[in-house]
Amino acid sequence: MKILAVCSSGLGTSFMVEMNINQVLGELGVTGVEVSHSDLSSASPGDADVYFLAKDIAEGGAHLGEVIVLDNIIDMDELREKVRKMAEERDLI
Amino acid sequence: MNGVLTTLVDILSQPAILVAMIALIGLIAQRKNLSDTMKGTTKTFVGFLVIAAGAGILEVSLIPFGTMFQEAFNVAGVVPNNEAIVALALNEYGSSTALIMFFGMIVNVIIARFTRFKYIFLTGHHALYMACMLAVIMAVAGFTTIPQIAAGAIALGIIMTLSPAIVQPFMRKLTGNDNVALGHFSAVGYALSGLVGKAVGGKEPTSTEEINFPKGLGFLRDSTVSIALTMVVMYFVVAIAAGPTFIEAELSDGTNFLVFSLIQAGNFAAGVFVILAGVRLVLAEIVPAFKGISTKLVPNAKPALDVPIVFTFAPNAVLIGFFSSFAGGLFSMIFMALAGSTIILPGVVPHFFTGAAAGVFGNATGGVKGAVAGSFVNGIIISFLPVFLLPVLGDLGFANTTFSDADFGVSGIFFGSLANFAGPIAIVISLIVILVLMAIPFKKKEKTA
Repeated sequence: MKILAVCSSGLGTSFMVEMNINQVLGELGVTGVEVSHSDLSSASPGDADVYFLAKDIAEGGAHLGEVIVLDNIIDMDELREKVRKMAEERDLI
Repeated sequence: MNGVLTTLVDILSQPAILVAMIALIGLIAQRKNLSDTMKGTTKTFVGFLVIAAGAGILEVSLIPFGTMFQEAFNVAGVVPNNEAIVALALNEYGSSTALIMFFGMIVNVIIARFTRFKYIFLTGHHALYMACMLAVIMAVAGFTTIPQIAAGAIALGIIMTLSPAIVQPFMRKLTGNDNVALGHFSAVGYALSGLVGKAVGGKEPTSTEEINFPKGLGFLRDSTVSIALTMVVMYFVVAIAAGPTFIEAELSDGTNFLVFSLIQAGNFAAGVFVILAGVRLVLAEIVPAFKGISTKLVPNAKPALDVPIVFTFAPNAVLIGFFSSFAGGLFSMIFMALAGSTIILPGVVPHFFTGAAAGVFGNATGGVKGAVAGSFVNGIIISFLPVFLLPVLGDLGFANTTFSDADFGVSGIFFGSLANFAGPIAIVISLIVILVLMAIPFKKKEKTA
């Protein structure tokens, strides 16, 4: 399974979210998930199974497929909750 | 023996190999397995070559723009864009940039470990761009290779720690805690916007988030779209001013002047797109390694993160800030045209990112008035700083593009002027003085933490 973190330039924010997702997946003991990051222009449906986006670009990325919107991208608790929910829905944990 | 030595020098003077080796060291230090290590090292290597390829595309687009601008208005026009100037500079300063970035990150960790400035600067692309600018400035100042890298790395480490520190009082107000810092090299503009906001806001300012803002400008957040569209507008304006006769005779080889301009504007966006892809490949291994190592070594480290982290706090202020900053850029452009200096055209990328953040900070201290006034001031300073930055960049000062964000201007002008004043020794003394000042353990900030 693949996760893609997306932000407008694909440099800093999405990269931070990617690292945080990896950290949360590690805490949850989930393995075999590939996480990467990208800019909004390059991201296209089919690149990944699940997309993580910040609230401010949620509209621009609505076409991607299964999109999880982060209200506050520096809030680790929110991310942890949303990653856990996603992992549970997909029977990863 | 001599053969081995020349081969070694050849290896180290190839920036692509050098950054690949830095990534390799990082991956080994993290004890990654063979597969990850091979993947990361190779991607970093290829990424650097992708940046160089993007620089080629950009040059194709920027050279005719400069020629047209010169023909039309008789002065040089500069479009500030970090990606563009860095890609061009890396052709000559690639190796020293890679080394300054590597050692600069180490200096950042050391300063954070031993002083009260606990900021770890994690916005890798800005660290890379700043390393590149410092490589140029130190070389122009007259440092030879090893001192150039040493001075550049120490300067980079200092800037990486001080830039988040300047904005932190406003970050505390915005986020309500002291755990996260802002790592984006336009801190001077943000702090100024925060102060302006405080000055104009009055007692109970109305927040930007209380007004209803029309949606539908979301496409501007897609950088490829916004770069391409603004470059088309700029190209058309300049092309019409330069006239079809000149362009079709001198530049486009007979192709219609507007068609030619349209394609060149697209080329600019294409070049930036390619460079960003390369930067992403280069940083993919270096930043996590830096993060992993620094969190182990620095207790209570505050990660300084990329600028969009503040956008979600006030989405309306983001758009207001962008427009107001852009207006500041246009205002400055007209002023420069009247004054007859080099003209800095408002680049959409810097005005979007720094203007938006200035809007958010201005709003945090002074509501709507603060957002408008603060980002307008930001727009003016990121327009005027490049004018004074260009002369200290040596040959790169004539490149039709330059570093865009405020901290590049401030630190570039600072070190460049020191060098003009008394040569490399002045830079060395200033670095030592700053380090000593930073090492003094003040206690007054601790209470608010």
